[in-house]
Amino acid sequence: MTLRRILIANRGEIAVRIIRTCRLLGIETVLAASEADRDAMPARLADRTLCIGAARPSDSYLNVGAIVQAALAARADAIHPGYGFLSERPALAQACESHGVIFIGPTAEQIESVGDKLRARAEAQASEVPVVPGGAVGSTAEAMEVARRIGLPVLVKAVGGGGGRGIKRVERLEELPHAVHLAQAEAGAAFGDARVYIERFVTRGRHIEVQVLGDGQGGVIHLGERDCSVQRRYQKLIEETPAPRLSESFRSRLHEAAVRFAGGLAYRGAGTVEFLVDLERDAFHFLEMNARIQVEHPVTEAVTGVDLVAEQIAVAAGDGLRHAQSDIRRRGCAVECRVNAEDPLRDFQPSPGRVRAVSWPAGEGVRVDTHIETGARIPPFYDSLMAKIVVHGEDRDAALERMWRAVAATRVEGVTTNLSLHSTVLANREFQEGGVDTGFLGRLLEHAPVFVEARLG
Amino acid sequence: MTLTAKEVAEITRLLEESSFDEMDLELDGLRLTLRRHGAGGISESPRSGEGAPADATAVRPAISVAPEGGAQDITAPLLGTFYRAPRPGAPPFIEVGSPVEEDSIIGIIEVMKLMNTVRAGTRGRVVEIRAQDGKLVEYGEILVRVSKATQA
Repeated sequence: MTLRRILIANRGEIAVRIIRTCRLLGIETVLAASEADRDAMPARLADRTLCIGAARPSDSYLNVGAIVQAALAARADAIHPGYGFLSERPALAQACESHGVIFIGPTAEQIESVGDKLRARAEAQASEVPVVPGGAVGSTAEAMEVARRIGLPVLVKAVGGGGGRGIKRVERLEELPHAVHLAQAEAGAAFGDARVYIERFVTRGRHIEVQVLGDGQGGVIHLGERDCSVQRRYQKLIEETPAPRLSESFRSRLHEAAVRFAGGLAYRGAGTVEFLVDLERDAFHFLEMNARIQVEHPVTEAVTGVDLVAEQIAVAAGDGLRHAQSDIRRRGCAVECRVNAEDPLRDFQPSPGRVRAVSWPAGEGVRVDTHIETGARIPPFYDSLMAKIVVHGEDRDAALERMWRAVAATRVEGVTTNLSLHSTVLANREFQEGGVDTGFLGRLLEHAPVFVEARLG
Repeated sequence: MTLTAKEVAEITRLLEESSFDEMDLELDGLRLTLRRHGAGGISESPRSGEGAPADATAVRPAISVAPEGGAQDITAPLLGTFYRAPRPGAPPFIEVGSPVEEDSIIGIIEVMKLMNTVRAGTRGRVVEIRAQDGKLVEYGEILVRVSKATQA
């Protein structure tokens, strides 16, 4: 069927991003906004805005009832969940299924099977995708046995955790029983699921993920990988594609593994399969699958020319995959910097408030996805992402130089931003050489505290 | 053409190896400030709940005093379909002129087949009913206006 009207159950830059594609496709947009976002940029751009609740996410963007009710009242054909909030909660996908509204994303069943980390591990193994050595542990005896087999250090992880939460690192075997008990108790309290598993701790690893698109019938294509190793506390800062310093055969093996994994699930829509690349063993392991559009999707769009939101909508409308694998060509290199309202010099404290003046970079090969303009308010209730600066160049050097200038040309007044951290990383030799591991940013903040501020014009 | 990121990386390295803490440079429209941030690096302490609201207190009250004439607005506590009566054909909970107490029911809001009763939350007399029966109301929308003085 043709989708005529889509309800967007999200806010910020991703709401603006989705509206942009809907406009190009001639689809009407209804924005489900919280009270704090009534006058924000997405509300101005949408054809209609419905206020679904108070500012607190639990009252609005996490309120399944209000969102489905708004979609039904506005006669929307489909709901786009964006990322975060309800995008990976089976409850919204389920409610859509039972109320005859199309959910732009995978099935509730698929969200569940990738959300449970042990189930996802089992799915990966069934698709012959390597997982980090380890496994479920029901007892301390079992934990000791697994740890002896895979070697120390290990990570004790909560099955219901994710995004870095519920993880404990154990260096010595005698510490393991205590850590397992503690992790079980904490996981039970935090996630309502006391199950834990252990994995080998990869000392030096890179975070590389593969973008996939599935038709829901078993057909899956990939759109290349993204390197997201520049992160701290599992919060990504800079992403790029292609991943630098990888052999072509290694790269292809990653792509093939991602396609096998998503194919095994008969995955529907856009998704990302995350891998941990073990630099010491020259191997890669499945980490998890993100069943949604991702923050960093624009770098993939820049090199492939594919509008991923448009493809999500096409799959949801029943048009299947409109590109064959052989149609996907990747050209040049793209980099993304996440501009956050936070202070890198004060422990990354969020800096909400009113943006007195802002000027984003523009020009050839520069794209800015944002919801922030002069006078905008950054409410304290949500994440601090203000904009994503995305650049495209013919190779990595050209893209990085373009980003260096784009960051220097950006002006934000009224709130503190992490722009100086971006110029510091961009002017760092190790980063420039490419292929840093996930510990890079933490080490930089700890040992090389020369901060670079650059202003152009 | 101004300084490239690679050239700045070289300058950064020189500063790191020097005994200086700060350096300002201006060249072809690029203003550069390099600053050393203490030998101990940047302090990092665990950040409370990623993505959790930093301040979760500001909830708009259902009742607000209108600027003119001491009237009060009763606003919708949630988005849904507003009903003036307990069931189709039954008399409405309130009419213009009805007196209301704080716990008086003024209507029902249906959210996904769930009926939520809406109470006045204030005392007074109904002067206007803005919400239409069977129509969608948004969160915060004015449903009913009540005059403050019951004895007026």
